[in-house]
Amino acid sequence: MADAPPKIAIENLHKSFGRKVVLDGLDLALREGESLVVIGGSGTGKSVLLRCILGLLEPDEGSIRVDGREVVGMAPHEREEVLRKFGMLFQNAALFDSLPVWENVAFGLIQGQGMERSAARKIAHAKLAEVGLGPEAGRLSPAELSGGMRKRVGLARAIATGPEILFFDEPTTGLDPIMGDVINELIVKCVRDLGATALSITHDMASARRIADRIAMIYKGRIAWVGAASEIDNSGNDFVDQFIHGRAEGPIQLDIGGP
Amino acid sequence: MNPVALLGRTFLDFLTTVGRLSMFTGRGVVHCFLPPVYPRLLLRQVIEIGYYSLPVVGLTAIFTGMVLALQSYTGFARFNAEGAIANVVVLSITRELAPVLTGLMVAGRIGAAMAAEIGTMTVTEQVDALTTLSTNPFKYLVAPRIIAAVLMLPLLVLVADIIGVLGGYVVSIHKLGFNPTVYLQRTWEFLEPLDVISGLTKAAVFGFLISLMGCYHGYHSKGGAQGVGAATTNAVVSASILILASNYLITELFFS
Repeated sequence: MADAPPKIAIENLHKSFGRKVVLDGLDLALREGESLVVIGGSGTGKSVLLRCILGLLEPDEGSIRVDGREVVGMAPHEREEVLRKFGMLFQNAALFDSLPVWENVAFGLIQGQGMERSAARKIAHAKLAEVGLGPEAGRLSPAELSGGMRKRVGLARAIATGPEILFFDEPTTGLDPIMGDVINELIVKCVRDLGATALSITHDMASARRIADRIAMIYKGRIAWVGAASEIDNSGNDFVDQFIHGRAEGPIQLDIGGP
Repeated sequence: MNPVALLGRTFLDFLTTVGRLSMFTGRGVVHCFLPPVYPRLLLRQVIEIGYYSLPVVGLTAIFTGMVLALQSYTGFARFNAEGAIANVVVLSITRELAPVLTGLMVAGRIGAAMAAEIGTMTVTEQVDALTTLSTNPFKYLVAPRIIAAVLMLPLLVLVADIIGVLGGYVVSIHKLGFNPTVYLQRTWEFLEPLDVISGLTKAAVFGFLISLMGCYHGYHSKGGAQGVGAATTNAVVSASILILASNYLITELFFS
């Protein structure tokens, strides 16, 4: 397993916005079938990393290979093909306001795969059931949903096309601890059922422990530590220790925007 | 700040905006001609732009035609040239007032709505979600709006032409005491196909500019509610200015 080629391989990734360096030579490999969680403080480059992999941002330098195929600088139509392997749960679910819930879930099937609406609707209802929502929820508008329901619908949309790779952007942010745990449980279940490779970013340690096989810590645009989730408490890394214990003192210097 | 540096930075920002807008326009236009087409989205935009703009366009046209007849009469009566009112009304309406006023009204109504909708989608990551669902945002959001606006604006202007002339007719007959038959006869005599065609051509160009500005400013909005508000304002202001500037250029092209 360890010798198998990585599902996603990132090498020497750089991304800056003006003078602000966000990713500074980041290296990371995601093995097939594993659930990797990237932890790190706000503004350390977690979201930028995800957006670079998805092609929503173009890196300044470096390589990203998905199934051995270089995706940096890829033509848009090829990128669309690669993106069919991905499912993504956004931080605030990013549901389409203009469409009812079932059509949000079926969106990738109808628009991305050209499936008939009636067939896509049946699959959407099945996916909603998988995340604990009945068919009546399918008729609602996203504006009528609570935060937890939005995440569930976002998750149903992410898994609807049966993707090989799932990305989760801060899956538990804004949820109460119980609902957060429900979402974590659903993520574990969905990833397992699909046999997918998962990459999550979060600063919620409870969530990271729950869903990760391996955890990587990002700091100042580089991976400061990576290891098995079970080793996180004994990492021997000062950055990780400070972060997981939530201490203000330590090697991690917060940019609090002082004078 | 050093004034030379400020000037240089402003110029570079200007060039950046021009480049970004040019690329956006190119991508938007290309996707209008490439499959897949989204008929449901196109129909929705056709109804939104064409059908729901009818009341505002109709009201604008009728009052413009009425005022035009009234003002022309006040002026022309001094030279005993009241007979030219039908001519003035029909030419002013078809060549200039119907396309320009329709363009400005639709820019306010539709350009703002496009910028607000796409802007909100951008800041709430819905546009990114489209991309991750293998759907090109240009094809899904921009192309249907451009196609619908280019098709619908000429139809709206045609309606505005008819209603505007009707407004002038109503005031001329019922308030100024013109003979209905003679008024209509003079309207037809002076009207040439090129007058209407130039107005409809302008309308198609205005439709393109309105949808382009609405989509462009919405797509590049950032910073939450404030950013969406700024995008909406910029969409309407830039579309209005471009409408007035392109109106002059098209008039030059047709009539100089």
